[in-house]
Amino acid sequence: MRGSDGMKRVYVNEEWCLGCHLCEYNCAFANSGLKDMVAALKDRRIFPRIHVEGDDRITFAVSCRHCRDPICVKSCIAGAIFQRDGVVRIDRAKCVGCLTCVLVCPYGALAPGEDGIMQKCELCLENACGAPACAAGCPNRAIVYEERGEAE
Amino acid sequence: MKRYVVIGNGTAAVGCIEGLRSLDRGGDVTVISEEKHPVYSRPLISYLLEGRTDTERMKYRADGFYEENGCRVAYGRRAVSIDAVSHTVTLDDGCAVPYDKLCVAAGSRPFVPPFEGLDSVRNKYTFMTLDDARTLESALNENARVLIVGAGLIGLKCAEGIRGRVGSVTVCDLADRVLSSILDADCAAVVQRHLEQNGITFLLGDTAQRFAENRAYMKNGGTVEFDLLVLAVGVRANAELVGRAGGGVDRGILVNEKMETTLPDIYAAGDCAQGYDAALGARRVLAILPNAYRQGHTAGANMAGGGRTLTDAIPMNSIGFFGLHMMTAGVYDGEMTEEKENGAIRRFFIKDGLLKGFILIGGTERAGIYTALIREKVPLASLDFDLTKKVASNLIFSQDIRRKKFGGVV
Repeated sequence: MRGSDGMKRVYVNEEWCLGCHLCEYNCAFANSGLKDMVAALKDRRIFPRIHVEGDDRITFAVSCRHCRDPICVKSCIAGAIFQRDGVVRIDRAKCVGCLTCVLVCPYGALAPGEDGIMQKCELCLENACGAPACAAGCPNRAIVYEERGEAE
Repeated sequence: MKRYVVIGNGTAAVGCIEGLRSLDRGGDVTVISEEKHPVYSRPLISYLLEGRTDTERMKYRADGFYEENGCRVAYGRRAVSIDAVSHTVTLDDGCAVPYDKLCVAAGSRPFVPPFEGLDSVRNKYTFMTLDDARTLESALNENARVLIVGAGLIGLKCAEGIRGRVGSVTVCDLADRVLSSILDADCAAVVQRHLEQNGITFLLGDTAQRFAENRAYMKNGGTVEFDLLVLAVGVRANAELVGRAGGGVDRGILVNEKMETTLPDIYAAGDCAQGYDAALGARRVLAILPNAYRQGHTAGANMAGGGRTLTDAIPMNSIGFFGLHMMTAGVYDGEMTEEKENGAIRRFFIKDGLLKGFILIGGTERAGIYTALIREKVPLASLDFDLTKKVASNLIFSQDIRRKKFGGVV
């Protein structure tokens, strides 16, 4: 779809991505509910809602695109994924971990949490950050949170 | 003001309601719901028996869904006929409901073959609806020997759901493998072994031929003693309403890409409909929830005057049993390539330069990237597909495509 929907989203510029994975740590911390980063992350396997893909030449971060017509919402067998004010959210209490959303997301943006139940990027609107921690903490501004209208 | 009628109250019906309300806030909507419940997530009934969800969390839509969408719901009522000329649906209480646009989202029903002696079996169950699950649940006990006829998705999810609550579970199927509709022999063998390790017993290439009270006489000559019998042989589309009204019906109600039946102003969606399968290149019943919603949504939007088409539906399943997860999609047509690693199997089927289907047992990360290649018919020559066989990655795309995917509004 074209034209602006007035919504800010997370965008990545892979030429600027350093492959440092800091976005993954910032995401995991932001969604941990804890105040102390060390307590949240040290010696723990993290389950971030953004992930860095790539090889030894190219790296880039992938997270929910918050599609205008999200196929994950239409496909969720539990009615757990829904869209409100453009943001694609999940009610984790309803999710049974069937992973149908993983099967349908064309971006490969979704992965379950530590408990096998799905979690997803909700743009940090519901946690203490209030705006995406991945973008705020990206040292090279490869990840930005902004409104972009025109691109397809 | 348009009068919309929806026969059925499942996922396709919700898709229809949300689709038509996306274009028409004002029309009058009547939902004919044979089940006496607001819409719930039907595929979750096995999770309910397993204790992994409950009826509150199984609500497919929040309380107030019908009110907010201006729907009147006739609970416990069944549509018995459609008059396509006078545009009315007659209910089982004799009430005639007029419509301007009708969506038949009547789903499917369990197919129960005419087994000899089935009448003598007192404790027999099907496993499709919430009421089915509750009825079965009330009969479960830790000593019960359960025989499930049918090793398909319904039979095996039922087996998983009740295994911890009964004495034994035996599953028989005339097919020589489990999940024969979605797995090939090698992958089915892996899944079967895993299910056996979790306490399920199989009798494959064999099925019950006749019953006498608590005993099944099997095709191969053996007998199976059971306390509870679950019949999960298959399902049949509820297509008769449209067929009797003069509409085109095959295995399901025939619909075009707009979800129109062959009758004017009548649409069909979900498990009762036979729409276009983009992977097969022909029409077939795709009885999966995502398809039900998408067909319903397309139907609803078109009933409200939209011009929507659904042309990219494909068969696909994501399902787990006792911690082993598998995903399948498309058709298993063409050349097969395989990757095996750490117990995971990944099989890809390629034909005419396109990914046609896949089977992933374990190792399902980011599988949606593959699904989209099938759905969108992306030429593999435009990608570095080999790169992605071990684990799905957006690296297969050119930088230009990635820039669009992750740099633009989608």
